[in-house]
Amino acid sequence: MPTAIDRDQVRQLLAGDAQLVEVLPKEDYEDEHLPGAINIPLKTLDAETANALQPDRPVIVYCYDYQ
Amino acid sequence: MSPRAASRLETLGFTQVYDYAAGKADWGSFGLPIEGRRPSATRVGAYIRTDFPACGPDDRMADVRERVRSAGWDTCLVTDRHGVVLGLLGRTALTAEDDVSVAEAMTLGPRTVRPSFELDKAVERMRNQNLTSLPVTRSDGVLVGVLEREAAEQALEDSSGLRSEL
Repeated sequence: MPTAIDRDQVRQLLAGDAQLVEVLPKEDYEDEHLPGAINIPLKTLDAETANALQPDRPVIVYCYDYQ
Repeated sequence: MSPRAASRLETLGFTQVYDYAAGKADWGSFGLPIEGRRPSATRVGAYIRTDFPACGPDDRMADVRERVRSAGWDTCLVTDRHGVVLGLLGRTALTAEDDVSVAEAMTLGPRTVRPSFELDKAVERMRNQNLTSLPVTRSDGVLVGVLEREAAEQALEDSSGLRSEL
């Protein structure tokens, strides 16, 4: 089960080798995103698009808020 | 949305998946850097003054008034011991009698904005409500500082000048 984390834990993981993924649509990502994040919209998230990520490193996903 | 994405990644074989469900709304509300077409420089957080005077609800007006005026301000925010904004002492309230407590004199619950709020919208709000400043708080209500209308208007003017030069 994915681990829920807060802002401080995000920063700690990013200080390591974590990968950061915004799963909102491209337009939202282009408007604003966290530094270093890549964009894989939820609707396109499959085995092919997930190839942009390295499976042996931590992955942090986020969207806008709890919705 | 992010819990579904996290779950899907696990289905795809990823074993170290973390869900930052509070997302970029939370990140921006703490004034942390944002990139993109609407980066941090277009947000309130880049123009906050943090030397604004604050006091507690149990402070005495005589003490607060002296502190505020000697710091060169004419208003003061009231916070609890955690820094959460409770109220505002405006110009009129600051003239309250010496033995009155701040809690008795303050205006409750001033409207605040987050550091991630867009600067042009903050200026519009201050103009519409005839305010000279806006308190800026994090999503947990803790005071970050104050956005002054004059400085914000100048920043907007400077940025529109830069755009027209490009």
